[in-house]
Amino acid sequence: MAVVEALDLHRTYRTSTGTLRRKWKNVEAVRGVSFEIQEGELFGLLGPNGAGKTTTIKMLITLLIPTKGTARVLGHDVVRDAREVRKNIGYVFGGERGVYERLSGYDNLRYFAELYGVPPKEIRPRIESLLQLVGLKGREQERTEGYSRGMKQRLHIARGLLHDPPVVFLDEPTIGLDPVGARELRATIASLADAGKTILLTTHYMFEADALCDRIAVINRGEIVAEGTPADLKRGVAEGTVVEVEVFGIPEQTVERVRELSGVVAVSVEEREQAQALIVQTQADVELTQSILGQLDGANVGRISRREPTLEDAYVSLVSAEE
Amino acid sequence: MRTLRLIGLGWLFQFKQMSRSSFDSFLAILWPIFFGTVAFFMFQQGGDPDALIYAGLGAAVMGIWTATSMAAGTSLQRERWLGTLELLVAAPQHFSLIILPVGLATSTIGVYCMVATILWGRLVFGIELTIEQPLLFALAIPATLLSVGALGFLIAVAFARYRHAWALGSMSEYPVWLICGFLVPLTLLPDWVRPISWLLAPTWGMNAIRDAATGAAPLADIAMCLLLGAAYVVIGVLVTDRVLHAARARASLSLT
Repeated sequence: MAVVEALDLHRTYRTSTGTLRRKWKNVEAVRGVSFEIQEGELFGLLGPNGAGKTTTIKMLITLLIPTKGTARVLGHDVVRDAREVRKNIGYVFGGERGVYERLSGYDNLRYFAELYGVPPKEIRPRIESLLQLVGLKGREQERTEGYSRGMKQRLHIARGLLHDPPVVFLDEPTIGLDPVGARELRATIASLADAGKTILLTTHYMFEADALCDRIAVINRGEIVAEGTPADLKRGVAEGTVVEVEVFGIPEQTVERVRELSGVVAVSVEEREQAQALIVQTQADVELTQSILGQLDGANVGRISRREPTLEDAYVSLVSAEE
Repeated sequence: MRTLRLIGLGWLFQFKQMSRSSFDSFLAILWPIFFGTVAFFMFQQGGDPDALIYAGLGAAVMGIWTATSMAAGTSLQRERWLGTLELLVAAPQHFSLIILPVGLATSTIGVYCMVATILWGRLVFGIELTIEQPLLFALAIPATLLSVGALGFLIAVAFARYRHAWALGSMSEYPVWLICGFLVPLTLLPDWVRPISWLLAPTWGMNAIRDAATGAAPLADIAMCLLLGAAYVVIGVLVTDRVLHAARARASLSLT
């Protein structure tokens, strides 16, 4: 039996504009998402901002009721058996919110240990071991308002594991962390997976998903557009080639012109300090470097390179195909 | 036992958090001085020493109510801003057991307001407060605090669903001063107001405190105050699931 099951999940939000004459509009954030996560699996939900990752995770952790469809965690329905689901899950989200800033890290953990029903005798040793795990030992008596973003994030992880849940939901846990902090957190996540936890990780960092996840689902505009192992997804674009062109100031119309070239699969632009990288995925049997450069007339062009596609290119290709 | 432990620790945690807010602490210092001063000046004009004691006790309970109505309103809003409201809802404990300590912690802050008002009256206005029945007075105060805290809990439950409901908490501050007879006897109010007063625990708590102080019989008022407090808790627990279901359906938990 799958530990986490999402079956045709839908979620619509009702939003309004205007003050006196309000206009109501329905926004479909999630449109028929289905997947299963097996015991001990680290499953990644990848997608751009606004794709529906957080909405999906919030339905699974009982904070949102699906408009349509069902979801189960360890066989418990997320709407009908919300309490049972909550006993068995840990939830960690990225960012600096979610801590009581006027209280110490220890007090934060102490309070949530009580809320999560940790047996009184186990609270102290559990907190001690989690402080060791996340590297906050020695700083636990300080008020969290003085914690760095990374420390708060590590406190989140400790909070989410207080009741030793078999299933852990991590919603963009490394967002905004410095490279060292993010690497340490990824090591912690890997150790949780090694300990047998079933994990759902949402992220938009490809290398993170590639390094950590057993399987990945790519979500875009509320729908799953691909699912498989990182290798499966890369294979989907392995036939093609990627041309990277360093440019200094590239207008949107130029990007559109490149996108319309015959043989182009996907185009994206990455900011790199003063320059941008125009990343063009092409079909395998075409050579488009000259055609691409031909569209860049007037732009200041730097280094040009060709390479094999990565998971990030697979992701861009999947997301672009939907646009 | 586990439930009591949860409520007790929740109260301690919330009280610790509220008492570390410099803004809230500033208000808590200002309220009793302000309420006490206004009440004492008003009643001083009558020249009746009993009226001053009446006003002093009324102003003290005003502090408890103000601390509760304002803080119960803003406490869940603060949880939203901190991003902790969703974590509280996602906890396996019943949400009412998590929120009840919030109401109790706010009314505990009111204890300070009460003591400060009485001291202010004594030190600045020279009002000697003699308590005829100290034991019953000592019983009437926790009964009032508990039931006002329960009312704070009932108000707070609504905030889980309606993010602008904190304004209702603030709005209820002044009417309750009048309706519950903190400053003027209920007999001076129109007849139609009285049933509303009877449904509000602070009315009975106020009566009990005054009766205990003046030597009248406060036990019936204490019982009624506790009964209403218990009713608020029962209603709060019963509506919590419905309120949370609505909040989850309308996705209002994460909104600030």
